Parts: sequence; structure tokens; C-alpha cells
Amino acid sequence: MRGNVPECTVVVPETVQEALEWLARDPGRWRPLAGGTDLMVPFAAGRLADTRFLSLQRLDPLRAIAADAGGVTLGALATYTDLRQHPYVRQHLPNLVQSAKVTGAVAIQNRGTLGGNLVNGSPAADSPPSLLAYAAEVELSSVRGARWVPYDGFHTGYRQTVLAGDELLTRIRVPQPAPGFHFFRKVGTRAAQAVSKVCIAVCVQVEDGAVRAVRIGLGSVAPVPLRARSAEAAILGRALDALPLAEAREALMADICPIDDIRSTARYRRTVAGNVLVQALIELGATLNRRA
Amino acid sequence: MDEGRMQLNVTVNGQRRSVAVLPMARLLDVIREDLALPGTKEGCGEGECGACSVIMDGRLVNSCLVPAVQAQGAELLTIEGLARDGELNGLQRAFVACNGAQCGFCTPGMVLAAVDLLSRCAHPDEAEIRAGLAGNICRCTGYGKILDAVQAAAGEGERP
Repeated sequence: MRGNVPECTVVVPETVQEALEWLARDPGRWRPLAGGTDLMVPFAAGRLADTRFLSLQRLDPLRAIAADAGGVTLGALATYTDLRQHPYVRQHLPNLVQSAKVTGAVAIQNRGTLGGNLVNGSPAADSPPSLLAYAAEVELSSVRGARWVPYDGFHTGYRQTVLAGDELLTRIRVPQPAPGFHFFRKVGTRAAQAVSKVCIAVCVQVEDGAVRAVRIGLGSVAPVPLRARSAEAAILGRALDALPLAEAREALMADICPIDDIRSTARYRRTVAGNVLVQALIELGATLNRRA
Repeated sequence: MDEGRMQLNVTVNGQRRSVAVLPMARLLDVIREDLALPGTKEGCGEGECGACSVIMDGRLVNSCLVPAVQAQGAELLTIEGLARDGELNGLQRAFVACNGAQCGFCTPGMVLAAVDLLSRCAHPDEAEIRAGLAGNICRCTGYGKILDAVQAAAGEGERP
């Protein structure tokens, strides 16, 4: 390996408070290290500039998943395996279970963390679309205190976030979705391990046969994971038996700005994102018949 | 030369070991070089291929993605820890019987992924086996016989 192993300093804080104090002492100079599934790849290849790491493995309180009447609070160090296994997540957040299931394979899911997936900031990550569809919030903690911000808006640019240099993403809050329609689809080169070409998560609430609320999260189609606000607006309030498929697809094209890269082309991503959205709406429309 | 090193204490294949390593060294390199257990292989070094799979505290991990510092106090099972008194374990016997190994490079990781699978799911169907081994790549493409081996071992109710 070519990583700069001997030059590295690693601190293993015993408590969240201790971790925050390290960050406060020298803001922006410590790289928090959770499960390592993302960071160890560029590190070992010598492509990571960081040499000072805050290894978070002892911060057990941040592993907890705690459900209550209004929703669930996910510790930033909860792994994909934890998410896949948790009864509340399985019952109420099926899209997030799917996100966890399509991220890497077993060995990655055992180590990779939800917080790491968000802070790493890849636009191709698979948990962001679900968290956007579920109106999640994230807790950013520092010695100055903790602030909750909507996850929608956390990413400000390619691999850029609102996280300040002395802040640690500590928890993720997902309000319990009202009963409704959940849809998740990842398109990759193969079922396992592949990084997404397009990833989409949809959560819809229906009332009197029409769309009362809708949130659509997308990955791999812009510099950041994002909500398809135009497509949402095209669907909101519309009757399930007359969903405007072509209009929604057209609106989606205004929401996204995919690129050509090693995994796919902008043209493919546009076409497939539109196809998958239409598929979601067809399935949504079909729920009307099931209900009747 | 010991500057910056930490004393890493682990239990490997039932044996307590202590080695001085750099905290950001990959567990893979610690296992192969410091612990002198070269059965664990390096394929891609990026967590894609599963050749470096080991079981750490009861969970399958890619050892190329684990910094040594995060293995402190861990219990590790590598391919060398499966046989007992020179007798192969059930999965190893099944891989031999079903010709589940060709060049052999992916085999240690493949066997450990199968051990992990059978410890979670004693009687997996084919889809469950495929999902359990999805993170392990065989570039000889001998997947059919690998599936046969895992099915055979599961059928015999082998306890990994």
C-alpha cells in the first residue's frame, strides 16, 4: 500500500465530549474515522491528504438506534447491518433498509456507518435518497452545542457540507412517515458492490385518491444528493388514476444535472432516472386498485 | 523505528497475540506480515473483491479496509483457524469435494464469507448464498461449484 502510514497520528476518544474537544482544539485538522469503508480506500492508495484521524470506535452511544412515538433517532455510527436488522427501521423505513441492502455487500455493511455515508459526501451514496424522501434531520455537535438541521441542504456542493470544522455529525432523526407508498430503486452495473449510476427513493402519502404529500430523493444525478422538487410539484395533488407521467418525467429533467463519468453517461442517467420515476408512479397508481 | 507504533492485542484463531504496529496500518497487512498468517489474500485492496475477508468479533469484514487501531482487543478468525488438529472443517471439505477452488486466490475469503453466512443462516437457499457471497469475486469464475460447495456443507448441517 502507498498510504502515508508512518506519518499518521490517530486519537481514539473515549467519549463524544472528548472527540468534540479534539475537534475544537484544531478545527478542520482532524479527520473523523468511523467504519473506514470509504476513507481507507483513498488512504491506502495515497490519495488522502489527511494525516490526523479521530477514530470513533469507542463512542458506543452513537451506535444506538432509538425509536419513539414520533420517529427514530439513528446514531451516526449505526452500520448498514444495524439498519437492515432493526425492527423499527424494517417496519417504517423500507427505503432506508433497501439503501443499506444495496450498499456494498455483507462485509461493507458490517463496517460502513450511516453517518460516514453522509459526511463522506459522495453524490453516489445510496442512503441519502432515502433520507431525503423521509425528511430526515441531522444533529451536528461541537463543544459550542448541538444543532439540528434538515438533511435536505446538508450537502452544499460536490463533497461539501454545512459541517463546521469543529463539528461532528452525531445523530440522524427520521420522523415516522404517515402510512403511504414507498419506492426505492438503485441502478448499478451489477446487483452487489457496484456504485450507483442512478438511485431514487420515493415516499408518497395519499388522501382521497390523490397525492397529498410526496418527496423524491435522488443520487448520482447531480454534484450532491438532491430532492426532485419540480417532479414532486408535478405530482402533488394529482389523482392516482391520472398521474401525469410525461409531465413528471419532463419536470425531473429540470431537477437533475448528471455527468459523464467512468460509471455511466449523462444521457443514460437522464433516460434511466426518468424511466425509474415513471415506474414508481405506475406502481403508485396501481396501489389505488389494490385499495379498492 | 518503534516511533508512532501501538501495541495491538488481538485473539487470532483462539490465540492471544500482541504486536507493535502503526495505527493506520491495514489489518490485512498486520495479519499477513506481523501475525505471519498469509492465508488471507490481498486482491483489489479497495473492499471490492473480498479476498481479504476475515471474521472480526463475529462479523465478516474486509481486512484491507480496517485500520489496525480499530482492531484493538478484537477476536479474529482467519482461514488458518478453521481446521482442527489438521482436520479440515466442513466447509473446507465441501470446497474440496465440489471442486470449489480453481486458482485458489479467492478461496480463503470465499470460505470465510460462507462460514459467516452459515453462522447467521444454517440452511440458506440459493438466493441467500448468492447474497452472502456477493462481496467475494472469483476471477476464475468458478461460482457454480462454489455454490455447490456451500449448499453441500449446509445440507450436511455443518457447524462452521
